[in-house]
Amino acid sequence: MSAVLDHGGHGHGHDHDDHAHGAPHGWRRWVFATNHKDIGTMYLLFSFTMLMLGGVLALGIRLELFQPGLQYVNPELFNQFTTMHGIIMVFGAIMPAFVGFANWLIPMQIGAADMAFARMNNLSFWLLIPAAIMVAGSFFVPGGAPSAGWTIYAPLTLQMGPSMDMAIFALHIMGASSIMGSINIIVTILNMRAPGMKLMQMPLFCWTWLITAYLLIAVMPVLAGAITMTLTDRHFGTSFFNPAGGGDPVMYQHIFWFFGHPEVYIMILPAFGIVSAIIPAFARKPLFGYASMVYATASIAILSFIVWAHHMYTTGMPVTGQLFFMYATMLIAVPTGVKIFNWLATMWQGSMTFETPMLFAVGFLFVFTMGGFTGLILAMAPIDIQLQDTYYVVAHFHYVLVAGSLYGLFAGVYYWGPKWTGVMYSETRGKIHFWGSLIFFNLTFFPMHFLGLAGMPRRYADYPLQFADFNAIASVGAFGFGLMQVYFFLFVCVPMMRGKGEPAPQKPWEGAEGLEWEIPSPAPWHTFETPPKLNATATRVVG
Amino acid sequence: MSTMSTSSHPGHRLRQRGLDVASRVGAALALLAAGPALAVKDLPGGPAVNQLNLHPPMTRIAENINWLHWVMLIICLVIFVAVFGVMFYSIIKHRKSVGYKAATFHESTAVEIAWTVVPFIIVIAMGAMATKTVVAMKDTSNPDLTVKVTGYQWKWGYDYLKGEGEGIGFLSTLDVAHRTMSDSGKPSADVTDYLLKVDNPLVVPVNKKVRIITTATDVIHAWMVPSLAVKQDAIPGFVRDTWFRAEKTGDYYGQCAELCGKEHAYMPIHVKVVSEADYAAWVSERKKAMAAAADDPSKEWKLEELVARGEKVYAANCAACHRPDGKGAGPIKALDGSAIVLNDPAAQIKILLNGAANGAMPAWKQLSDTELAAVMTYTKNSWSNKTGKLVQPAEIVAARKQ
Repeated sequence: MSAVLDHGGHGHGHDHDDHAHGAPHGWRRWVFATNHKDIGTMYLLFSFTMLMLGGVLALGIRLELFQPGLQYVNPELFNQFTTMHGIIMVFGAIMPAFVGFANWLIPMQIGAADMAFARMNNLSFWLLIPAAIMVAGSFFVPGGAPSAGWTIYAPLTLQMGPSMDMAIFALHIMGASSIMGSINIIVTILNMRAPGMKLMQMPLFCWTWLITAYLLIAVMPVLAGAITMTLTDRHFGTSFFNPAGGGDPVMYQHIFWFFGHPEVYIMILPAFGIVSAIIPAFARKPLFGYASMVYATASIAILSFIVWAHHMYTTGMPVTGQLFFMYATMLIAVPTGVKIFNWLATMWQGSMTFETPMLFAVGFLFVFTMGGFTGLILAMAPIDIQLQDTYYVVAHFHYVLVAGSLYGLFAGVYYWGPKWTGVMYSETRGKIHFWGSLIFFNLTFFPMHFLGLAGMPRRYADYPLQFADFNAIASVGAFGFGLMQVYFFLFVCVPMMRGKGEPAPQKPWEGAEGLEWEIPSPAPWHTFETPPKLNATATRVVG
Repeated sequence: MSTMSTSSHPGHRLRQRGLDVASRVGAALALLAAGPALAVKDLPGGPAVNQLNLHPPMTRIAENINWLHWVMLIICLVIFVAVFGVMFYSIIKHRKSVGYKAATFHESTAVEIAWTVVPFIIVIAMGAMATKTVVAMKDTSNPDLTVKVTGYQWKWGYDYLKGEGEGIGFLSTLDVAHRTMSDSGKPSADVTDYLLKVDNPLVVPVNKKVRIITTATDVIHAWMVPSLAVKQDAIPGFVRDTWFRAEKTGDYYGQCAELCGKEHAYMPIHVKVVSEADYAAWVSERKKAMAAAADDPSKEWKLEELVARGEKVYAANCAACHRPDGKGAGPIKALDGSAIVLNDPAAQIKILLNGAANGAMPAWKQLSDTELAAVMTYTKNSWSNKTGKLVQPAEIVAARKQ
């Protein structure tokens, strides 16, 4: 790991002669890390590991579904795969990856030396390790991993074995990690911006994380409530959700989705921020409608609290409820559309080049919007009655989460990777990764729209024969997509981390803007130890 | 290099599997290009091969929903073409490599208002279009027939509560051969209704408003029939309802649409919509059969009669998990040679009535006293179990009271 900073750290930091020590070496550097860059790196590596683990589970699912009939696993194990794939991807891959980005970028982008609470930052990361061990280990306890879906509905959860309790414990730990991380981000952004940087001048990535952090603090405790009530129903004689004791299974769904819906916005808003940095850089034109983008992000966050029951249209809620949630859900399309148009207007009449970060950002725009359209279609309650719990929903959320969040993350790795590692990635390999991912992603998930319209339900280990061909295509696509990510790691990430490649200049991207481009590549271990003096737009260091 | 002479040799099986996979990959990729004809045919009232859209509608509501979906698709397509037309134009024309110089504009309040208000109006219009259908789907008043649908792990129960056929009740389970086919890993391609065939379909008359009341006994299930545009969660401890009026006779299929445990994929729905005359005939035939089969739980049975009856109960309910040879598999206990089956009727009754292993073995208290007594007697006198003992229905009646 010391290769990340060794070839740049001490010699090139011409504005940091006064620091008395260098980076510590060995395991203590990482276990006792308080440096936002180190912690960011650990988050990113952790999340990629979880991406691979969740990906292997996905391949297990697609392998079984490649042909009708059960060839490889029994249905119980199959549902353990689907459940843990979801839990690991949501809580282990996507969320920590964005926290890794926040850690790396926020202090540099606002001209701060580090996060506000450096030691709490350390705890936030290291908590994830026992959580991940419990999650991965849950396959090996009697009864296997939980198999109730990532949404772990009651009362099915009352039938799960001890792994359910492990998962609940792990979720509590991950929730605590997220809440502490969010507190850190909010305090850092509100208190530690360099003098002269107003809130409405900071990079949009900081805005999206500020808003995401508030969402996290608001809803993680709600999840904690739902899973604790599940725990006490399972072991301590309560009947919150157990109908045999007078409880209400639907209440579980309300509580879960009150967390769950803002959760999906938590997973996409930072990607919006990343894309909002990349498109202006490669269009060589300022972001269109900065203020509007801030307000749109805030509107999305606020609206996300009042739409949760669109996941519950078939539970039997009264007409008024269905109508309210339908109208509110459709409303969210408006600020989201505003953001898409603003990105488009940023591209329009720019002077664009299409290096890999821009490819992923534009790819994000294209494919995320498709996911947005299917979301709008699902928002219509009558249509949702037909499509709820079918593969149409699976297609929708993979379009917004993979082509949305994950592409945003990839774009960010290519964009800021040179800053983090001091080395340029190979542009050819980046393009291979992009096109391969785009093609295989669509091969995997586009047929699922058809499967859902035709009525194939979710979480099915076997299916009627008429669904066979689209399932086969999806499985082929899934394996291709997985291979591309292994390719990405081995042939893009590892060379960058090892320092193998063209040395990266301080600002490799002609149109890039922001304080992170005012420091060398790779970023020295300590940056902005004294607050920088900024120009009027808070984009350049002066004096 | 030994010859792999037996097909049970793992290497041989892997190679066979590999060839299967390779040929499937080939077929899938070929489909991308040309789409060769497949062995399986469309299932009328169920999925069509490579179906691209919603099912052909069989009710007015389903028609509404299909129409709504087309409208949404077209609107989204228009917006898609407009937005990405602009984007691709920009990608081609506004490039540094063709010498295009970047403009500097970066805000416009007028434009922001425009592209907030116009989508807002579009979204309101969409909501307005859907409202009538939402309200109509919820109106379950004045039904001609009311049927209670109960979700069990893992089958459906249908009870005709009100209207012609009142009092009829039965369970509807996936055809056992299909479950076995699934385990075999190679379902035969000529089984058009694979995983959709049940022993007792729900029979309803055409052109009559049928109100479906859903509930469940264990976990949440969901009753779904896409051709009729019906989906309603079946929630334990709760009663929900929905309705449909089928406009054409025929067979319509659906599947459970809420994860409910390991056999979630194996509890299909088959609704048989018949003419009024056929329905009346079915009702009377069904009522006669129920009267004839009504078991008197105080009857004293002989061993051979009970075993014969129990064999039928076993095949319909137990064989899927415990296997026809009683040997179970993996976590599923073997009944052949089981200590509980051989020596401990009290324990066996308790397990049958209440389930075991946290629901992995479901409860069977919904079977009749006679059926439970018969199946117990069957297990005690089949395969290598030769106890010669029998369990009378009266013992089950007594056990239920405890």
